[in-house]
Formats: sequence, structure tokens, C-alpha cells
Amino acid sequence: MQVEVVTIERLVYSGEADMVLAPGAEGQLGILPHHAPLVARLSPGELVIRREGAEEAFAIGGGFIEVLADRVVVLADTAEPAAEIDVRRAEAARERALELLRQRQSRIEAIQAEAALRRSLVRLRVARRRAPRSVRHSDDGIGDD
Amino acid sequence: MATLRAIRKRIRSIRNIAQVTRAMQTVSASKMRRAQLAALATRPYAERSWEVLGHLASRLSPRQMREQPLVRERPVRAVEVVLVTANRGLCGGYNHNVISEAMGFITAQKVPVRLVTVGRKGRDYALRHGLNLVADFDLGDRPTADDVRPIARLVMDDLERGLVGQVWLVYTEFVSTLVQRPKVQLLLPIQSAAAERQASSGASVPFLLEPSPEAILGPMLQRFTELQVFRAILEALASEHSARMVAMRNATDNALRLIDEMTLSYNKARQEAITKELIDIIGGAAALERVQAPGTLRRAAP
Repeated sequence: MQVEVVTIERLVYSGEADMVLAPGAEGQLGILPHHAPLVARLSPGELVIRREGAEEAFAIGGGFIEVLADRVVVLADTAEPAAEIDVRRAEAARERALELLRQRQSRIEAIQAEAALRRSLVRLRVARRRAPRSVRHSDDGIGDD
Repeated sequence: MATLRAIRKRIRSIRNIAQVTRAMQTVSASKMRRAQLAALATRPYAERSWEVLGHLASRLSPRQMREQPLVRERPVRAVEVVLVTANRGLCGGYNHNVISEAMGFITAQKVPVRLVTVGRKGRDYALRHGLNLVADFDLGDRPTADDVRPIARLVMDDLERGLVGQVWLVYTEFVSTLVQRPKVQLLLPIQSAAAERQASSGASVPFLLEPSPEAILGPMLQRFTELQVFRAILEALASEHSARMVAMRNATDNALRLIDEMTLSYNKARQEAITKELIDIIGGAAALERVQAPGTLRRAAP
């Protein structure tokens, strides 16, 4: 099936795939060819596109997925290919988000900080999983949100 | 001789100006191309999100669509205007044109206007003329979707909180390198008729909708609004750079023409000076010849 990942800024990915794993708002979505037509919300998380054993991963910041007969379109708020994620920047973003959460002033700011934290955690998780040679941090709460 | 030197100096400074304007022209050309490509790159998302809106609209009644916070028509007791201008000048009539378009629109309003500016020129104008400026955004040369989201957020909030009944975008539409047109466009409330048309044209497939049509529609409409703002800003940016490119090309052409004209008058002046000197010398020589015996002065003549 044909898969497209688009953000407001650009077409991020376009190609054939055997399977798409997406972070649905109601739980993980696994989409195989001939899936029933579907439109769903996505949470911030990891989007994986599988093709003949090879995988491509993206850290997405929420969005929507549209599944048609033989086409999957992911409308992502943000989408970063795993290879492009700068681990150090993601780490810094996580620190910033944690700091904001500690200070939490208003409700909206707290929500924003939490969203920022979730996004940076996802980014870190995707980056680490795809780059096994990089240093793994043992205790950072990643992988269980 | 003093005028000769003065002309030479002016030619030199005009040549420098031409160099600067030519460089700015080249830079603007490449920035324009970049902004154009960025504006084009929003198209896939725009097309796909229309598709999704169509699916959603086909599952909801027109009434449900119209009850969405971003779609619902409200009594218009105030309007918000988002004015997109450049940060810098030297781009011909670009800023003036879009600002006067906005002013025409604003003065025609019968209700109070809240002004949101994107770009320093618009902000400065608003401050000078005492307009009701409620927010100002200063974007860099390469605005990203993240930079633009707060602008969309602000106007959506103002609409949903009932501060305004409508939000309008005033920006410069990029038609071609030579033509840019100021444009006034209704951003909010979203006109749902188009989505409903899309719904009826698409074959009605039984879609699964998770979590529910309404839960998808709300955020989708927000993204849609962000997209509109982002696109307007990218178009304005492409327009700005192409306006600047054209302005700088005119400036370079003018400078070159001036250099030509001044080189001509420089040469004329030089010729005149030489002729005058020659006349002096020849005149002097002739006078001497008359005084002294012919032949003795031949070697002294230049």
C-alpha cells in the first residue's frame, strides 16, 4: 500500500509499505494492506513504516491518520525522521519541559509544558531505538508513558 | 579641474551603490525561490486535509458542522485583522500597498477592529497611527509552522472567547515574480459550505472514525486554520522578496544609466579642459613666436 506522511511544512515521506504502526489516540494502531477505511486522531508518539523487513521511524507530534483502500495518509503536526533527530537537542528540550512543569504557573502553561515534555520524550525514544550505538540512559522515564 | 574630480567621485559612489543593489537583487531572488518552494510544499497537507474534512462532513449533519466553534457564525460586534507586512523596506511599494489595502478595509468597518500585525512595518504603522494593536509577531526570514502556530492560536482564542465575530487576513498574494496583489481574506469562521460540497462529491465509504467525528473535526479545523495563516505568511514572504528583487533591479539599472551619463559628461569635461589647455599653450606659443625671431622657439613647443 501507498503511504504518505505530510506536515504543514512539507511532504515528509512517500512510498510503498507493508505495514504502518501509528500512535492512535485510543491506542496503538497497526495497519496492514486492505484495512477498513479509517480516520483517526494520533497522539504524540512513534510512527513506524515497515517495508520488506526494513523499518523507518518518525517521531510525530500528534495529528491524524486517514486509511483508504490502498493508501495511508498521515497528517502529522510535526514529523521528524529518526535519522534527523538531534539527541542532544531533544535532551535539552526535555530538560526545559521538565523545568517548566516544575514551575507550572497556569493551567494552560502546564498543559503546554506537558505536551512539550511528551514530544521530547518521544523524540528521544525514537532516536535511541534507531541508533543502538549511541549511549543509553538507564533512568529517564522513557518508554513507559 | 575641481568639477572633474567631483564627477569622478560621484561615479565611484554610484558604482558602489550599484554593486550593493545588485547583490541585494541576487539575494532576494534566491530568498524568493525558497519562500515560493515553501509555499508550494504546504499543498500536499492542504489537499489531504480537505479530503479528511470531506469524510468528516459526510458523516456529520450540516447543522453539526455549523455548530463547530471555528465554523459557527456569530454576531459581528468586533473584527480582528491580521496584517502581514515585511520587517524591512527597500522593496518598492510592497509595504505601502498591503497597508493601504488593510486601512481601506479597516476604515470601512462599522465595528471596532483589533489589529494583529506580523512584520515590523505594519506594527510601526499601527503605532504611529494609533490603531488598536492587540498583538505583534516578529518572524524571522524562514518562518516555520511552529512560529506560526501561536498566531493562529491567538485568533482562534479571540474568536472562541467571543472577543470578535470574524477574523480577516490581509496579506500580499504572490501571483508571479512581477505581480503581487494585496488580498483581504476571511479566515474565521471557516466557511463550511466548501467542505460540505467536498463531502457530497466524494463516494460515501463507511469510514471508521476514532474517537468520534466531533473529536477529530475540532482539531482538524484548528490545523486547517494554522495552515491558512502559514500559507498566507509564506506567500507574503515570496511577494516581499520578489518586490525587493524588482526594486533592486530597477535601482541597479538606474545606477548604471547614471554612470553612463556621468561618464559621458566626465569625458566631455575632460575634453574641454584639454582643449582649453591646448588653446592656452598654442596661444602662448603664437604670442612668443610673434615676439621672437621665427625658428628659435621650435624646440620649446610641446
